[in-house]
Amino acid sequence: MHGVSALTTTTALTAVLVLVASWLLIGALGLVQSNRIGWVARTLFPLGALIALGVAGLGVVSLTTGFAAQTGVLAFGLPDMPFHVRLDALSGFFLLLLGSAGAGISIFAAGYFREGEGTAPGLLCLQYHVFLASMALVVLADDAYLFMVAWETMALSSYFLVTTQHRIPEIQRAGFLYLLMAHVGALALLLCFGVLHGGSWLMTFDSMRAATLSPAWAAAAFLLALFGFGAKAGLVPLHVWLPEAHPAAPSPVSAMMSGLMLKVAVYGMLRISFDLLHAGPWWWGMLTLAVGLGTALFGAVFAAVQTDMKRLLAYSSIENIGLIFAALGLALLCYAFDMRLLAALALAAALLHALNHALFKSLLFLATGSVLHATHERSLGKLGGLIRRMPWVATLALVGTLSLAGLPPLNGFVSEWLLLQAFLSTPSIPHAFTNMIVPLGAAVVALTAALAGYVMVKFYGVIFLGQPREPSLMQAHDAGWLERVGLAWLALGCILIGVFPQAALDAIAGVTQTLLGTTIQRGPTPWWIAPVAQAQASYNGLWLLLGMAGVIAMMFVLVRRMYHGRVRRVPPWNCGYPELTPRMQDTAEGFGQPIRHMFGPFFRIEREVPSPDDQAPRYRIQIDDRFWHGLYLPLARIVGWLADALSMLQRGRLAIYLLYSFLTLIVLLVFVL
Amino acid sequence: MMPPLNLVTQLLHVLAAGLLMISFSMLAQRRTRRLIVLLAWQGVVLTASTLLVAVTAHLQHLYYSAALTLIEKVWLMPWILLRLMRRLGIESDSDPLVNIPTLMLVGLGLVIFAFGLAQPISSLATTVTRQTLGIAMAVILLAFLMMIARHKAVTQVIGFLAMENGLFFAATSTTYGMPMVVELGIALDLLVGVFIFGIFFFQIREQFDSLDLHQLEALKED
Repeated sequence: MHGVSALTTTTALTAVLVLVASWLLIGALGLVQSNRIGWVARTLFPLGALIALGVAGLGVVSLTTGFAAQTGVLAFGLPDMPFHVRLDALSGFFLLLLGSAGAGISIFAAGYFREGEGTAPGLLCLQYHVFLASMALVVLADDAYLFMVAWETMALSSYFLVTTQHRIPEIQRAGFLYLLMAHVGALALLLCFGVLHGGSWLMTFDSMRAATLSPAWAAAAFLLALFGFGAKAGLVPLHVWLPEAHPAAPSPVSAMMSGLMLKVAVYGMLRISFDLLHAGPWWWGMLTLAVGLGTALFGAVFAAVQTDMKRLLAYSSIENIGLIFAALGLALLCYAFDMRLLAALALAAALLHALNHALFKSLLFLATGSVLHATHERSLGKLGGLIRRMPWVATLALVGTLSLAGLPPLNGFVSEWLLLQAFLSTPSIPHAFTNMIVPLGAAVVALTAALAGYVMVKFYGVIFLGQPREPSLMQAHDAGWLERVGLAWLALGCILIGVFPQAALDAIAGVTQTLLGTTIQRGPTPWWIAPVAQAQASYNGLWLLLGMAGVIAMMFVLVRRMYHGRVRRVPPWNCGYPELTPRMQDTAEGFGQPIRHMFGPFFRIEREVPSPDDQAPRYRIQIDDRFWHGLYLPLARIVGWLADALSMLQRGRLAIYLLYSFLTLIVLLVFVL
Repeated sequence: MMPPLNLVTQLLHVLAAGLLMISFSMLAQRRTRRLIVLLAWQGVVLTASTLLVAVTAHLQHLYYSAALTLIEKVWLMPWILLRLMRRLGIESDSDPLVNIPTLMLVGLGLVIFAFGLAQPISSLATTVTRQTLGIAMAVILLAFLMMIARHKAVTQVIGFLAMENGLFFAATSTTYGMPMVVELGIALDLLVGVFIFGIFFFQIREQFDSLDLHQLEALKED
C-alpha cells in the first residue's frame, strides 16, 4: 500500500507518459524489419499489449480515492507554448478503458496480422501504436494545443489504418469519407477552443476553466463541441462515415476504432461540457439527450437490416454511442436542476456503458476478424454453422453477444439497468413538460435494448448456428492461441464487470466526485449494487450468476440422470420435404424483414422482385440511409457548384495570376491609406 | 513652404529620380540584353545612394551594405543573367501584352498612387532620406507591372529583381537600411533564387521548346 501511495504522489503521470512514449518506440521499432512478421507481430504487438496493461493499471491508481490531479509541462511544443499534461480521475478512467480493451486487442492483433495484406506489417505496427499513443495523449492533454495535435494524429493514424488495403476502391472511398468528416469535426473543435478561452488567448485548460463566458458564447462552445465530438462519435446525422470506415479496416483496427476511439470522443464531450464549461442550462442536456436517443434508435434499426457482419456491428456501435450520449445528456439535465445524485447516476451509467461497450464491441469485432480469416466471407448470407468448426471463437463471441444484448449477468445489463434507473427517477425534475417528456426516454431506451437483442440473435444465429450455407465453410479452422487469449481477456472483462459491478462503480465514483461533487450510493458487497437506495432497487450479479448456473446444472443432471440420458444426432424434422438444404434456413435478410417492414420510413429501399414466371429468379434489395440522399448528396452538389464557380479564377495565364497579386497589393495599400 | 534642401538631400533626390527613370525605361525596353544592363545601372544608383547615406549618417554597416550591393547587383546578377541569356539564345522579347504607351500611362498612375501613399508615412520618418519613400514604392509597383506585362520567363525574373531593388531602396530611405543579418540573408536568397530560376528556364525550354509563358497555359486543368 505504501508503494501505491508513493506512486500516486509523484510518478503516476510520469509513468503514464513513459508508457505512451514506449508505444511510440515500439511503433518505430516495427520499421526496423518491417517485413518480418515474426518480429513485428509475435514480439512487438505483445509488448504493446503489456504496455496497455500498465496504462490500465495507472488509470486504476488515479481512480483511487484521495488521488489529486497531477499536472506537468512537457518540453515539446512551440516556443512559449509547451504541451501541458494532466492526470485526474476522468482521464484515469479513460486510460483504464483504453488500456484494458487495448491489451486484448493488441494480443489478438499479434495473432491476426499476416503477410501480404496491403500495408507492410512494420508500417502497420507503427500506425497502430501511434494510434494508441495519440488516444492516450488526447486523454492526458491539458491544453487545447496538445489536445488538437493528439486529436488530429489520432484521426490521421486511424485513416491510414482504415486504408490498409488501399488498392480496393471502396476502401479508398470509405477512407476519404472518414478523413473528410474527421476534418469537419476537428474544425468545429478548433472553433470551440477559440470560444472557450474567453478572450484570455491562453490555451491551457486551466485558463479555460477560469474563463467566464456569457451564456450565448458558452452555448456556442457547447454546440461546437457537440458537433465536433459528435462527428467523431457518430451521432446522427454525422454518422455516415462510421458504417463505411469501420468495416473497411482490418478487424483489430475496427475494434480499436469502435471500442476505443469513439470513447475518446465521449471523453472530450465530458471534459468540455462538465469540466471546462461547468455544465450549463437545462436545454444542453435536453438536446444531448434527444440526439443520443435518436442515434440509439437509428443505429439499432439499421443494424437489424444489415447483411454484412461488420456493418451490422458498426451500426450497433452507433446505437451504443447514442445510449452513452443519452445518459450524458441526462446527467447534464439533472445537474442543471441541481439533482446531484441523479446526475451522478446517469453519468455513472454513461461511463460504465462506455467501458462495457469498449469490451464487448472489441470482442465482437475481433471475433468477426477470426471468422473472416477462417472463411474469407463477410456477408451473413454465406456464413452459418460455424459453432462446430470454431468452438473457441463461437463460445467467446457468445459472451460478447449476450453482453451487447444486455442480458444478465453480463456487463451490458448493468449499465443499461443503471440508465433505466436514472430515467425512472426523472419525473421528479422540477420543470414542467421536461418531467413529462424525459421519462418517455426510458421507453426509447427499452425499445433500443430490445432491438439490440434482436440484432444479436441475428448476428450470432446466422454466423454460428444452423447449417453452413457454403460448402467452403467446412474447411474453416478455429483461431490461433494468441487470438484466443485476446478474445478471452475481453470476455473475462465482460463477465467480471457483470458479476462484480460494484468494483467498476467504485472506479467511476472518483470521476463523478471530481465532475459533479457527489457519488452514487455504494452497494453492500462488491457484487451487489444499489445506486440510489437499497430499498428502491438493487442488483446482485453474483447471486444471479449462481442461480443461473444452478438451474443449468440442475437441468443437465435431470436430463442426463432422470430422462433417458442418451444423446442422439438425427436430422431435424423436415415437414415432409424430401430434403433440406442449408439454403432453406432463415437468412439475414429474412430475419430482418419484420424490422424493415415496421420501420419502413427510416429506410430508402430499392428492391427488385422477380416476376412469377422468371426462369432465373433474382431477388435484390438495397437499403440506404435517407440522410445520405437527403442531406449529404445535396450538400456535396452545392460544394461542387461553388468550386466550379471559383475555378473561373484559374485562367492558366501567368500574367493574370500576377495581376491578382498586384491588385491585392494595391487594394491592401489603399486600405492602409 | 518646403524648407531649403541641403546638398546631400538634393543629391539623394537626384539619385532617386534616376532610379525611377530607369524603372520607366525598363518598362519600355523590349530587348532582354538592354534590360539586364538597365538592371545593373539600377544597382549602380542604389550603391551610390547607400554610400551617400552612409557618409552623411556615419553608419558603418551601410558601407558593407553598399559594397554588397555593388558586388551582387552590379556585377554578379547581371553577369549570371547575361550568361543565361546567351546559353538560352534569347535576344529579344516579343511585344508586351499591353502596348508600351498604355503601359507608361498606367505606370504614371501608379507613381501618383505611390506618392500619395508615402506622404503620411514619410512625414513620420526622421531620416535625411524620408522624401524618397514614394519613389521607392513607385519602383516596386512599376517592377510588378513589368512582370505582369511580359511574356518571357527571363523578363519576369528581371522584374522580380527590380522589385527587390525597390524594397532595398525603401529600407535605406526610411530606416537607414535593415540589420546586416537580414540584408545578408536577402542577398543570399536572391542569388539562390536566380540559380533556381536558371534551372527552371532550362526545364521549361526542354518541356515546351520555348521560354514563352503562353506555353504554360497548357498546364491548366479543366
